[in-house]
Amino acid sequence: MAGEATKEIPKEVLWGGGRSPFSVSYGKMMMWYFLVSDALTFGGLLTAYGFIRHGSESPWPIGEQVFEALPGLEGQYPLAYVALMTFILIVSSVTMVLGVEAGHRNDKKGVIKWLGWTIVGGFIFLGSQAWEWSHFIHGSGGAFQLSENVTVTGTLANGETMQFDMLAGDRVYMDHHFGNIMEEYVEGSPNVSVTTAGGSVTAMSLGAHSHEATLEYLTVNKYIENRATVEGAEMMKLWNARSSDQFVFGANLSENEYGVQQQYSNFFFFITGFHGFHVFSGVVINIIIWFLVIQGIYEKRGHYEMVEKIGLYWHFVDLVWVFVFTFFYLV
Amino acid sequence: MERDDLIVNDSYSMQAHHSEEAGKKIRKNVWKVTAILTAITVAEVAMGIIFKRSETFTWTAIKWSFIILTLFKAGYIVMSFMHLGDERKNLRRVILVPYVIFIAYLIFIALTEGISHFDLWDVWK
Repeated sequence: MAGEATKEIPKEVLWGGGRSPFSVSYGKMMMWYFLVSDALTFGGLLTAYGFIRHGSESPWPIGEQVFEALPGLEGQYPLAYVALMTFILIVSSVTMVLGVEAGHRNDKKGVIKWLGWTIVGGFIFLGSQAWEWSHFIHGSGGAFQLSENVTVTGTLANGETMQFDMLAGDRVYMDHHFGNIMEEYVEGSPNVSVTTAGGSVTAMSLGAHSHEATLEYLTVNKYIENRATVEGAEMMKLWNARSSDQFVFGANLSENEYGVQQQYSNFFFFITGFHGFHVFSGVVINIIIWFLVIQGIYEKRGHYEMVEKIGLYWHFVDLVWVFVFTFFYLV
Repeated sequence: MERDDLIVNDSYSMQAHHSEEAGKKIRKNVWKVTAILTAITVAEVAMGIIFKRSETFTWTAIKWSFIILTLFKAGYIVMSFMHLGDERKNLRRVILVPYVIFIAYLIFIALTEGISHFDLWDVWK
């Protein structure tokens, strides 16, 4: 070792061989190796998704048509919520860099402040993901299946009309006011009645929260190309052709309203769930290190490298989300 | 060959402290990268809304620009936020080269197999 080092490094931080490969500490290098292997896991999940999607016979659900709700608001905001989640995670990555930078200046207060904001960002992201999951699981109105072939005319998003040859077994989607009551009805709730009179359908739910909804339109191709709304007499044609027991509301591990491919929701649950689990463990690790910073452990040690190491993990979580955002939601 | 175990000046990560002035410069760069990452995300969402999938050629181009923009974002996060750009060249290569080789192979093989599965739907109908 003599003659190689131009700076005295304490023995206990050098590696077993008395040298420091790549001139990084053992811990930091192992964090990098762990991240490489974890990145391969996520890479494997996303390529598996690509494999299934490329091999799928039926059209794959379109991200901006599946994820277009905002909490507490009616209307369609394609991908706005996911973009917001991406932004939140990027910002929490930024506060983490600022925390690491403060550590390099031995600025304990700065580290506490920025690491604190990083934890807050992590919690906001986790909360957003919980809402996203809840919305995905509950769905937005659900669908019924047709029991016979029907030809209807619907209106596309750009206002043009188009004729659709719907086949028996195809799904027709209800709006969420009507669909929510319909879900209770399908589950066999005795308080719900559905009446078809003249040209209109009314679903009524009595009981603790009595409410009713009139069927105003049905949607065909809701999550794939050529989404169209069907109203009036054409809508009644679809309604009357429904099969009495084939409904699907939201998503779970055995069925989902978004696509005929069950893998679509399975991949959603697994990929975003595995990522969310990483965010959760990241928040827990950040909190532990935050308390150690407050106790002054790293100030005594003379460096804040531990903050740098958990920072690497936190940025990695952000990095993975950037790819999930692109390949699950955008492409 | 370049030695990777020589400890010159402040190159050892634990000893890598910097001054107030250097910190200012680093922070300025951090905000610059933040602005770039945000702008790319906004552009991606806007493209997703504006361009329709039915226009096949446009959509293929859009899809590829999503992937390229994402790689840009990933590059900024890894090189700037994770400081890999400031590490030794050898460390950078040890981390990036094996990963890129493995993942490129994985993507190639999975998509090739997926497309072949898709073609088989016609054969076995």
